[in-house]
Amino acid sequence: MRVKALETILTRKGLVDPAALDEIIDTYQNRIGPKNGAEVVARAWSDPAFRGALLRDADSVIAEMGHYGRQGEHVVVVENTPEIHNMVVCTLCSCYPWPLLGIPPGWYKSDAYRARAVREPRRVLAEFGVTLPEATAVRVWDSTAEVRYLVLPMRPEGTESMDLTQLSELVTRDSMIGTGLPKSPR
Amino acid sequence: MTTAPEPAFLEPWHAQLFALTVHLNDSGRLDWGDWAARFGATLAVHGLDRDLDGGDDYFNAWLETLEAILADVGAAAPDEAAQLREAWRQAYLNTPHGAPVRLST
Repeated sequence: MRVKALETILTRKGLVDPAALDEIIDTYQNRIGPKNGAEVVARAWSDPAFRGALLRDADSVIAEMGHYGRQGEHVVVVENTPEIHNMVVCTLCSCYPWPLLGIPPGWYKSDAYRARAVREPRRVLAEFGVTLPEATAVRVWDSTAEVRYLVLPMRPEGTESMDLTQLSELVTRDSMIGTGLPKSPR
Repeated sequence: MTTAPEPAFLEPWHAQLFALTVHLNDSGRLDWGDWAARFGATLAVHGLDRDLDGGDDYFNAWLETLEAILADVGAAAPDEAAQLREAWRQAYLNTPHGAPVRLST
C-alpha cells in the first residue's frame, strides 16, 4: 500500500504513466532474463571476431543484437581463462547487467554475498559448488551504477560440434555472475 | 545460497516498486547514480543490526529510499503519502473479494 500510495500521487501529478509501469514489469518478468546473456556467451564461444568485439566494446555488440538497454549504463565483459576466474558482486547495493541477466536473485542482493564475495571469494565459490585449481586466481569485480560486469565463462570441453542453441543451453545464470560454471554436455 | 530458478519478482509489490523507480529514471526524473548511492546508504543502515537476506528487507530499504527522495524533491510529501496509504487501505477493506480495488476519489 505504501507503493500504491506513491504511484497514485505521482500518477495524479502526471509524473508517472501507469501503462509504462505495466510495460516495465512485463519486460522484466517475461522478456529479459539470463537467456539473453546465454545467447551472447554462446556466440562469443563460436565466433572469435564477435568475442573480440564483445570484450572490447560490449555495449555496441549488445545493442546490435537488439537487447533492451538502459541509458547511462555500460556493460563490461570479463573473460575467464585457466589462469583467472572472474566473479561479480555489487558491494553498494545490487547493480547488475539487467538487459542480459534480468533481475538479480535474492542471494546476490543479500548482505552475506555482498560482504563475503570480496573478503573470501574462494569460500563463497565453494558454497556454490565451484572449486578451482589452486593456480587459478580469483578476480572480483564490484559493479556500480555506471558499470556492470558480465562473466564470459570458459567453453566446456566436448562441445565442438554444438550449434548456438545447444551451446546457450549450457550457459547458466550463475556462470555469467562467476558463481557457477557452465553445464557439461551429456 | 541456492542456484534454483526463481521468479523475477517474489512479490507483486516488489515488481511495482521496481517499475516505478525504473520509470522515474527512464523519464529523467531520477538519476541512477544518485539512486544507487542513496539506496546503498539505506541498505548499509538497515544492515547494521542484522544481515539482510535480499528479499522483503531489500525492497523495504528500496521503498524507504524512494519515499525519501520523492519527499526531498517535493514530488510526494510524507503527509500526502500517508493520506493516500490510508485511502488505499480503506479501498482494500471495502472492496468485495475478487473485485478490482479502486480508490473512491
